[in-house]
Amino acid sequence: MTTTKMKHVDAVVVGSGVVGSIMCMELANAGLSVVCLERGRMSDPQKDFTMPYVHDELKYDRHSDIFQNLSRETITVRNNMGEMALPMRELGSFKPGELVGGTAVHWGTNARRFLPHDFELRSQSEARYGKDYFPQDCTSQDWGVTYDDVEPYYDMFEHIYGVGGKAGNLDGQIQPGGNPHEGPRSREYPNPPTRRTPQGEIFAKAVSELGYTPFQGPAAAMTQEYTNLYKVHLGECQRGGFCSSHACSQGAKANPLTTVMPALYKQPTFEMRPLCNVIKVNTDSTGKKATGVTYIDARGNTVEQTADIVILATYCFNNTRLLLLSDIGTPYDPTTGKGVVGRNYSYQTGGRIHVFFDDKEFNPFIGGGMVNTSIDDLNGDVIDRSGLGFVGGAYIGCAQPGATPIKSKPVPHGTPRWGAAWKKAVAENYHHCLTVSIHGSCQSYRGHYLDLDPTYKDANGLPLLRMTYDWHQNEQKMLKWMYEKITQIVKVMNPSKYHAHPIASKYSIVPYQSTHNMGGVAMGADPATSAVNKHLQSWDIPNLFVVGGSAFPQNPAQGPTETIGMLACWAADGIKDIYLKRPGQSMV
Amino acid sequence: MAESQVPYAYNYLTGAEARFLDAAVERLIPTDELGPGAKDAGVTYYIDQQLRGMWGTHGRQYRSGPWHEGTPQQGFQSRLTPQEIYRVGIHEINEYCNQKHGKNFEFLAADLQDQVLHALEEGGVSLPSLSSKLFFDILWRNTEEGFFADPIYGGNRDKIGWKLLGFPGVGGSEYNARLDNPEPYRVKEPVSIVDIEQLRAKLDAQGFPKHEKLDQQGGRK
Repeated sequence: MTTTKMKHVDAVVVGSGVVGSIMCMELANAGLSVVCLERGRMSDPQKDFTMPYVHDELKYDRHSDIFQNLSRETITVRNNMGEMALPMRELGSFKPGELVGGTAVHWGTNARRFLPHDFELRSQSEARYGKDYFPQDCTSQDWGVTYDDVEPYYDMFEHIYGVGGKAGNLDGQIQPGGNPHEGPRSREYPNPPTRRTPQGEIFAKAVSELGYTPFQGPAAAMTQEYTNLYKVHLGECQRGGFCSSHACSQGAKANPLTTVMPALYKQPTFEMRPLCNVIKVNTDSTGKKATGVTYIDARGNTVEQTADIVILATYCFNNTRLLLLSDIGTPYDPTTGKGVVGRNYSYQTGGRIHVFFDDKEFNPFIGGGMVNTSIDDLNGDVIDRSGLGFVGGAYIGCAQPGATPIKSKPVPHGTPRWGAAWKKAVAENYHHCLTVSIHGSCQSYRGHYLDLDPTYKDANGLPLLRMTYDWHQNEQKMLKWMYEKITQIVKVMNPSKYHAHPIASKYSIVPYQSTHNMGGVAMGADPATSAVNKHLQSWDIPNLFVVGGSAFPQNPAQGPTETIGMLACWAADGIKDIYLKRPGQSMV
Repeated sequence: MAESQVPYAYNYLTGAEARFLDAAVERLIPTDELGPGAKDAGVTYYIDQQLRGMWGTHGRQYRSGPWHEGTPQQGFQSRLTPQEIYRVGIHEINEYCNQKHGKNFEFLAADLQDQVLHALEEGGVSLPSLSSKLFFDILWRNTEEGFFADPIYGGNRDKIGWKLLGFPGVGGSEYNARLDNPEPYRVKEPVSIVDIEQLRAKLDAQGFPKHEKLDQQGGRK
């Protein structure tokens, strides 16, 4: 097999999603020559995602060709080390993307910052509640950065993604209408919050009666026309539904295609190379320096791209897998707890209550762009957590994502799954239901990890990534407690009926839950427990950066995308301000 | 019912398979006082179209062995593609119906058909080649899709599924203005992708249909 060698560049970026697009933009802006390698095809939202064809639930939610094509590559899954992992043969629990723009092309636009407490979870909680606060097998840890370190980069990301919201804390001053529990912001959101729906009003009234503080959750679907930090123009969201899982026809959903690419493609030192599947990070003979990457192009050629800086900016799974395939860093071993690559895999904890009103009619199809009313009073370290018996928190929300008819038509508990009674219940309840949901944190544990599968291979003959994961008692305790709290909220609404989604006893790959897979290449202050330092720089190879959801040591409650984008801004600034002054050196 | 003039001619299904599916989907979503059921909605034709396409051969699914049954949490692990699941499954279920009741599924009385479907759903029918629950789950998933997906896929004829729900179809031009308005929004006729492509709907400048709305009475219908 001959390997084609491409012209050397300053930086090669693997992946063109939320992280890759921003890293490319920032480095090209700084004058570096940058090549972006994306395994998926090219996409142009103005041609590919148009009305009325984007309003097609079957095409996008069920059979989407903007999701990962599992025929070429998937992961294997098992609940514990005693089982044989089997391939995830069809998408279910989560939906990674595969095209230029990545997973965020179809995200739901939930754009919340983490709380200051989230970044120092381990140290702050142990200081407040003692060393025994965490379950013994819990490997959750501090991030190596504080909220104050990264606040400017949250702000930057919000001004790239046009996030709409109302500040709850401006420089320490609590603001009416916002989330009073958020960390201090240096300035207001770039766009106003979403308008509150009738369902949101019902939720807001109920939580207010219980002493909580409702606010409109921040969202990255434009609440007005907006020109962003990169001078790219975005349209206003029309609330037509067909949002999460779907691409947007309006240029209203912030994602790499609508916020960064139009400016990035104008950079003379930048090149996008789609349909290039990176299979390895190459190193020199010392193993301490990355020389570039090897990829398979659309025609099946093996190609080498050399670069001074290598940036892995793919989904959590591929960042981890590329390190393992390249023999970089020490693979995590759950039996000894040693090693870091594949360590601290976590997910997102969720729950919901469907609430039915005979006497109220809603328009459930109007929505999308993460229109939601939320509370953060049960999250982070807002309440005294001693005696609760679990680690973690959740935000509680009432969202109107736009109820599409195949998947979103809740029926009261006890309704048969099919037949005339089901049909009647569907017809009677579609306009009469709102949903109160729990969006909760998920800790990391010694037995939850990613490694290479010993049996199954991808289309290139390389081992698939293996996920070993199950729900931990801690998250189940938290969910039970949260369900008690939201049941109180629901009762205040005085509904005709309501029912809670049951707490799953085991993690299943089958039902959709969230595309919030985190960790595997955790960031941190200690190379014994993290794979990258606080600048997302590999501890082992200083000219290799691994940026994305893979860096989360555990998953806080709020939804990861805003923080993934923030980390891209933070890492890019670190490379420009620190690394390039001392290239090849550790930044800490 | 202009859209219902689409002929029932099949690309993948045999006549016998289509008769089985017509009978089965009509039990899953029956015709009743609320309106037509899955058979009249064209769900059999929808399933045929899905089977001949990318999904029918699991074109985007991981298809390499070795094959193990796995745990329920590990999801779909059958060696069979959807095409094979329907072909083999319908044949084996009809064998079962003949052994137990002396007739093919489509000739059984409605309550007996329901019994068979419940038994399949609970995994209570021992088929030689596949789990009866696997067959049922795929059949039900496709039935729901065929009843509620855009009519462009051959089901949801005359937008039967959307009319049952009061779903207006492609998102309307007024939605953003109506976001915080509690007034019920009901349309005279839902708008599908086909309606727009065949110029049966008025559009705003951004391509969103201007729905014709019903006068509102509010409350549960």
